[in-house]
Amino acid sequence: MNSVILKTAARLLFPLLLVFSIFLFFRGHNEPGGGFIGGLVGASAFVLFAIAFGTEVTRKLLRIDPRILIGWGLFFALVSGIMSMMAGDAFFTGQWIFPVLFGSEIHLGTPLIFDIGVYLVVVGFTLAVIFALEEEN
Amino acid sequence: MSHILIYPLLIPILTASIALIFFKSRVFQRWINVLGSGLLLGFSAYLLYMVQSDGIQVLQPGNWEAPFGITLVADLFSALLVCVTGLKAFAISIYSLGDMDERRESFGFHPLYQILIFGVNGAFLTGDLFNLYVWFEVMLITSFVLLSLGNRKTQIDGAVKYVVINLLSSLIFLSGVGIMYGITGTLNLAAMAEALQDGENTGLVITASMMFLVSFGIKSAVFPLFFWLPASYHTPPITVTAIFGALLTKVGVYSLVRVFTLLFTQDIGYTHTILLWISVPTMVVGVLGAASQYDVRKILSFHIVSQIGYMIMGLAFFTKIALAGVIYYILHNILAKTNLFLVAGVAQKYVGSYHLSKLGGLYKNYPLLSSLFAISAISLAGLPPLTGFWAKYTVIYAGLEVQEWVVIGFALAVGLMTMFSMTKIWMGAYWSKLPDKAPVASDPGFKPVSGLHRVALLFPVMLIAAFIVGLGIYGEPFFRILFDAADQLLDPSMYIEAVLNP
Amino acid sequence: MEPLLAIVVGVLVAFSVYLMLRKNLVRVVIGVVILSNAVNLLIFTLGRLDRGIPPLIPFTESVPSEVFANPLPQALVLTAIVIGFGLFAFALVLTYRAYTEIGTINVDDMRMAEPPYEGEELPETAVKGEETDS
Repeated sequence: MNSVILKTAARLLFPLLLVFSIFLFFRGHNEPGGGFIGGLVGASAFVLFAIAFGTEVTRKLLRIDPRILIGWGLFFALVSGIMSMMAGDAFFTGQWIFPVLFGSEIHLGTPLIFDIGVYLVVVGFTLAVIFALEEEN
Repeated sequence: MSHILIYPLLIPILTASIALIFFKSRVFQRWINVLGSGLLLGFSAYLLYMVQSDGIQVLQPGNWEAPFGITLVADLFSALLVCVTGLKAFAISIYSLGDMDERRESFGFHPLYQILIFGVNGAFLTGDLFNLYVWFEVMLITSFVLLSLGNRKTQIDGAVKYVVINLLSSLIFLSGVGIMYGITGTLNLAAMAEALQDGENTGLVITASMMFLVSFGIKSAVFPLFFWLPASYHTPPITVTAIFGALLTKVGVYSLVRVFTLLFTQDIGYTHTILLWISVPTMVVGVLGAASQYDVRKILSFHIVSQIGYMIMGLAFFTKIALAGVIYYILHNILAKTNLFLVAGVAQKYVGSYHLSKLGGLYKNYPLLSSLFAISAISLAGLPPLTGFWAKYTVIYAGLEVQEWVVIGFALAVGLMTMFSMTKIWMGAYWSKLPDKAPVASDPGFKPVSGLHRVALLFPVMLIAAFIVGLGIYGEPFFRILFDAADQLLDPSMYIEAVLNP
Repeated sequence: MEPLLAIVVGVLVAFSVYLMLRKNLVRVVIGVVILSNAVNLLIFTLGRLDRGIPPLIPFTESVPSEVFANPLPQALVLTAIVIGFGLFAFALVLTYRAYTEIGTINVDDMRMAEPPYEGEELPETAVKGEETDS
């Protein structure tokens, strides 16, 4: 699609959507949000870019094949489970550490790693499907 | 709590994720596939050993206590099936090295293959009814993609029938799950079985059980719900057909056995009589369908249907010996049936066809392949001393004990007809002369496989043939495990106790 | 409320069965989707309908303060919707593929995988297959 308005808007919205997706991702810790919805918003940034500039440019921008992203996502999700096993608990039992950074306590745990995995799988899957459909014709 | 239970699930999905990470390298994907399947075989054998020595193993992932979390359970029945799945996964992953073409590999055959194994093992190990539905879907969606991978016209046509009927079956299953949840207020199989013991709502429970029967009946291809199987199983490459024929229908049978031994035992006289009278036409129609076909893959597809009949028959008898026979039959069928598919694939690589009219001269030119076919075919037909004989013998012996003469008569006649089908393939493809229209004789472009490809194709066939012979001749220790497994199935209190009061 | 929803489920199932018995593959697929929605509604109804607060526990407390709605059927339905959505997408793409590759979406005409036996009469529009080897 060749439209100046869309291209300009896509250029502006692309970083904004990515930042928003990261915000949603971290918000999922205790409130609605999380890897799934964050991943969808992140993918929509790339989809918007693809609609405006074509899939070839977007693939270059993404640098990494979306199918490989799915692989990494699955890998991260599984690593979070393996970490629980290393700690001696059942698979996928949450493991937490509470480091203090700049005077405030931060909750870090394996669910975060799992959520990174979900984020990557959702981005990878959505983009793989949409790119494939776009390039069909 | 037992960590070992997670490995049959963790290894395939980890392998799939690594294969996806190295999506660009076909060679790496192949070897990671073989390596992952080999590891799976090792760990599943260890799981079987653990279950056999320490009793039923239970794991609560995420440390959520049953019945609130999702439970993984392995009794002997599950562990045996996981173990044989590992063996199959290993054998077929090696076979795929010689069979898979570049195009399908670059579309992600290897990760899909591992996710299929992941789904199958999940279905065997889960102790939660809704989770079973999810595993079924994992298995189904990968099988859809594997079936249509490569996009040939016949594949698309076969896939349409397969996909629509299986979607329908999943939905019927899901409504059954909903009704059972409404009745018992839980989804954990053990808690559900416990809640059903007081015998309330029997009418509603039996109604729900019929939904499970129809749904698993479609998945395991029993009469009259089998027609999608011969319509689709011969369309994909033989590696895919072999893994489907080995595992997918058996997961359906596994689920039938699980729910009709653990949950729906309120009115055995009613539900299991229905099972019994389903099994007879399943056997007969399958074997007659096979008799009318001349494509080796179609003959074998129809035989899957006929063999499922025997398993359902054993389940319907519902005695200790019968259930041991059912488990043995499932294991035997996974081994023998896939081996026949694999042998058919090798024959196609040598001569160029699956059709009996274009096959011939295999006995003269390829004696090793012929003997491997003979072992599997004799086993499938049920001649002593191989696995098929003991499987049939045990199930039929159980039938004699409960005095179901008519059903036993049909089962024996069907065994004879199976022999006829195997003889037909033997006469048509092995003993006959190589016909002029066989691709190897008529098509100068056709070259039989050679070298390393040949090793990759023949090694797994030999491995499984060794198991068929070994389990047939040296069967006694194996039968002891089977009887223990049947005891566990007949007495659900062990299962319930292991899950709810660890 | 329950009887009403039960009737709705029944009507939806009737629709879907009607659609699934059509020859047009697109209608069959839509029938499957309607059935999947009917099943979701069935699960939701079987989880008992009751008025309650969302099953969220405030930061300050450790148990919910009022009667809360059963979250499990909602979670089940959500899972089933996601799975059903994925399968529907696949079925649609497959239908599209069937249309471009085989050239028909009439299921009676699809005879690629099962070629007719000798003497069988097929409709003229049928797309016949041949014995394939590889």
